[in-house]
Amino acid sequence: MRTYEIAFIAAPNTADGDLTKLNSQIEQIITDRGGRIAKLDNWGRRKLAYRIGKFDEGIYTFFHVEGSGQEIAEVERRLRVTDFVIRHLTVRTDEDLKRAAKLRAKRKSSAAPRSLDEDFDLDLDLEDEEMMGDGTK
Amino acid sequence: MAEMENDDRNDRNGRTGRGGRSGGRRRRVSRLSAEKIDYIDYKDVKLLQSFVADNGKIMPRRLTGVTAMQQRKLSEAIKRARTLALLPFTKY
Repeated sequence: MRTYEIAFIAAPNTADGDLTKLNSQIEQIITDRGGRIAKLDNWGRRKLAYRIGKFDEGIYTFFHVEGSGQEIAEVERRLRVTDFVIRHLTVRTDEDLKRAAKLRAKRKSSAAPRSLDEDFDLDLDLEDEEMMGDGTK
Repeated sequence: MAEMENDDRNDRNGRTGRGGRSGGRRRRVSRLSAEKIDYIDYKDVKLLQSFVADNGKIMPRRLTGVTAMQQRKLSEAIKRARTLALLPFTKY
């Protein structure tokens, strides 16, 4: 099972109806192909960091999707052909989230003494480098 | 990069050279390690902004003190944020 985040920016002059229609279409596409929408994040209107086309702001929507990956291609195609979507981005998140969970678990199991050791190692390395530098000079 | 730091330190300490890092800059610990952030989210604009220079460039880790892995993830996240116009590619 993979997780994805699909983000898109709609033009600021998009009608609310068009937006909700697109959202339900995306949901349809995903559920039809056996995926699941874990979360729908609506940021609403937000100022863009730079101009896109002739727009200074956009309407941000984020989908958190669980699925096989089959859904993504169709959703992306849909976003590409929809005129009022001015930018979209899909990111696969499961691998990074898993990595983060692993790091967190590791930190939990070996709390304080471990991190002290690591600091110590770092100091030693630096000193070695310094000595080498002096030797060559 | 390590070499550059060394030169820096030698210049400053001049003759003394050896004695640890008495006069040198202390290695800064990044906010990422301190606040135990394992997953760098490209939507977290506030966090990413603290690793971007005023002109919009990604700051080198020599200045921010993040680890190599963190820097990789960070630059990826910043680039994603840029494509979604959450961060600027450049500011003047």
